[in-house]
Amino acid sequence: MNKMQKALHELAEMDELAARSSPIHSLHPAAKLIATIAYILVTLSFDKYDLSGLVPMLLWPILLFQISGVELRSCFYKLRIVLPLVMAVGLFNPFFDKEIVLRIGPAAVSGGVVSMLTLMLKGLYCLMASFLLMATTPIDNLCAALRQLHVPKMLVTLLLLTYRYVGVMTGELAIMTEAYHLRAPGQKGIHISAWGSFLGQLLLRSMDRAQELYASMLLRGYHQHFHYADIKPFRRRDALYLIGCVLVFALLRYGKIAQLLGSAIVR
Amino acid sequence: MHMADALLAPAVAATMYVASGTAVGVSIHKLKKDDEPQKLPVMAVTAALVFAGQMINYTIPGTGSSGHMCGGMMHSALLGPYAGFLSMIVILAIQCLFFADGGLMALGANVWNMAFYGCFVGYFLIWRPIMQSRWFGAGKGAQRARIVAASIIGCIVTLQLGAFSVVLETSLSGITELPFGAFVALMQPIHLAIGLVEGLITSAVLLFVYESRPELLQCVEPAEGGSSRRSLKAVVAILAVVVLVVGGGLSLLASSNPDGLEWALFGNAEEGYAENMGLDEENYGVESAAAETAGAIQEKTSFLPDYAFADNDAAVGTTVSGVVGSAMVAGVAILICLAGGFFRKKRQSA
Repeated sequence: MNKMQKALHELAEMDELAARSSPIHSLHPAAKLIATIAYILVTLSFDKYDLSGLVPMLLWPILLFQISGVELRSCFYKLRIVLPLVMAVGLFNPFFDKEIVLRIGPAAVSGGVVSMLTLMLKGLYCLMASFLLMATTPIDNLCAALRQLHVPKMLVTLLLLTYRYVGVMTGELAIMTEAYHLRAPGQKGIHISAWGSFLGQLLLRSMDRAQELYASMLLRGYHQHFHYADIKPFRRRDALYLIGCVLVFALLRYGKIAQLLGSAIVR
Repeated sequence: MHMADALLAPAVAATMYVASGTAVGVSIHKLKKDDEPQKLPVMAVTAALVFAGQMINYTIPGTGSSGHMCGGMMHSALLGPYAGFLSMIVILAIQCLFFADGGLMALGANVWNMAFYGCFVGYFLIWRPIMQSRWFGAGKGAQRARIVAASIIGCIVTLQLGAFSVVLETSLSGITELPFGAFVALMQPIHLAIGLVEGLITSAVLLFVYESRPELLQCVEPAEGGSSRRSLKAVVAILAVVVLVVGGGLSLLASSNPDGLEWALFGNAEEGYAENMGLDEENYGVESAAAETAGAIQEKTSFLPDYAFADNDAAVGTTVSGVVGSAMVAGVAILICLAGGFFRKKRQSA
């Protein structure tokens, strides 16, 4: 399977997850979007040495994963892209920040190690939160919510159309790449003599296709406005979910849960 | 160059959202004024194509490695700056939402680093001036040479700006301990090479488009006249030499003056540190002020209100309780997972 087929597979997987039903799936997309953004902001606001404050933040996504029935495994698969980048930046911290801040038995832990760990945890949490949003909200509903939140129409329509065509284009390029490699076995990528024509051919065809697409949209009555199939009203349970989330985040941010739990046992 | 959420402080992320949001507003206003509704599907299809095109590996001759393109310059050459900018945003949003490539909060910063420079700086300061200039004379060959020059210069310059912004945003967020100078010296040369490869790929695709459908390119008039391939090769050769010289010079400059890195690695780290980390100084100041109130023993070295030293009994208590509490939270998380699995199985069997 080449890179593009893998990407297609990932896209299909997300669509499949979003099409399931669960209490989380049935919430209003705007409530989920705002709660996700709030969660990420709260997570990012922790101090770079506040490891014990950050750990309890794990509970919210874990709980939602379980309620929504989305497997944690599929989320961790996506980590392979993000974590190396975060690590690359965080890896320098232990070398520059050697101040000992904590001793666990004989082992001394430096500030750099603590800040590296918080950085990695923050990366993990933010990813889990946005993955959860996308795995429980179909893109159409999300776009409808974005419109309700007054995100410009042009941007939302463009997002929807592009999302529709990402699958088509990626599929087409996957076939082209496959065909190219079958005719050029053992070659690592596209040879320099085909750099321009490989993508260029498809580009030219696609431009024409886009014009036809627009013509067909006009024929079906498009006048710069999309009708979203099911814009749900913002119900009381959505508001309750949102308020509950904000309260939980405030508790996790200022409650020092980990220390309270720990001191209950230690003392 | 996609930044993850964890690399940004909320204030920096919000600032970048505002900056990118302003550019979005201007772009939408301009496109609405031009009133070109048929551009929307073209933008969408081009965006989808560039998205997929980013996954193609191009073999770089003589190196055994391969590169790929990013698309900012290509977008602005095909769609113009405003439509190109919006298309790039949509690509970045899809990458962020569905592929976890770049964070949701970091989207504003990513749009700025990759789309803003590529589309606005790339178009107004590089693509348009070069294409409208009389560089390399008149005729088709000269036009081809201008396309190659604009693509390569555009990709290199916009990637350098983007990479510098990544360093600036990360440092302003106080995330990395790597001194600013060293971080810059690490990022810029890497992106010089990436920019060169991307420029070559972009120019190859744009040349192909120019040969078959020149009217698709912005600021390009189909030129009459004989083509001379020599001038094209000469342009590539000249550009390659210029890049090598500039790149070599920049790297030398960066490595002969890595004050931050050398200082922190070999110098007196304890004393030089706070002065060295110009951007983090404030942060440290705040932390040590908080620590002062915590106790005399902690005062010297601690910048941690929550953790403390082994020889302070009270502090040990909080440290241990922090660790134990974290372990308990992890235990609770596992329990939630187990309970979720239990109820799911029960429902399935029912």
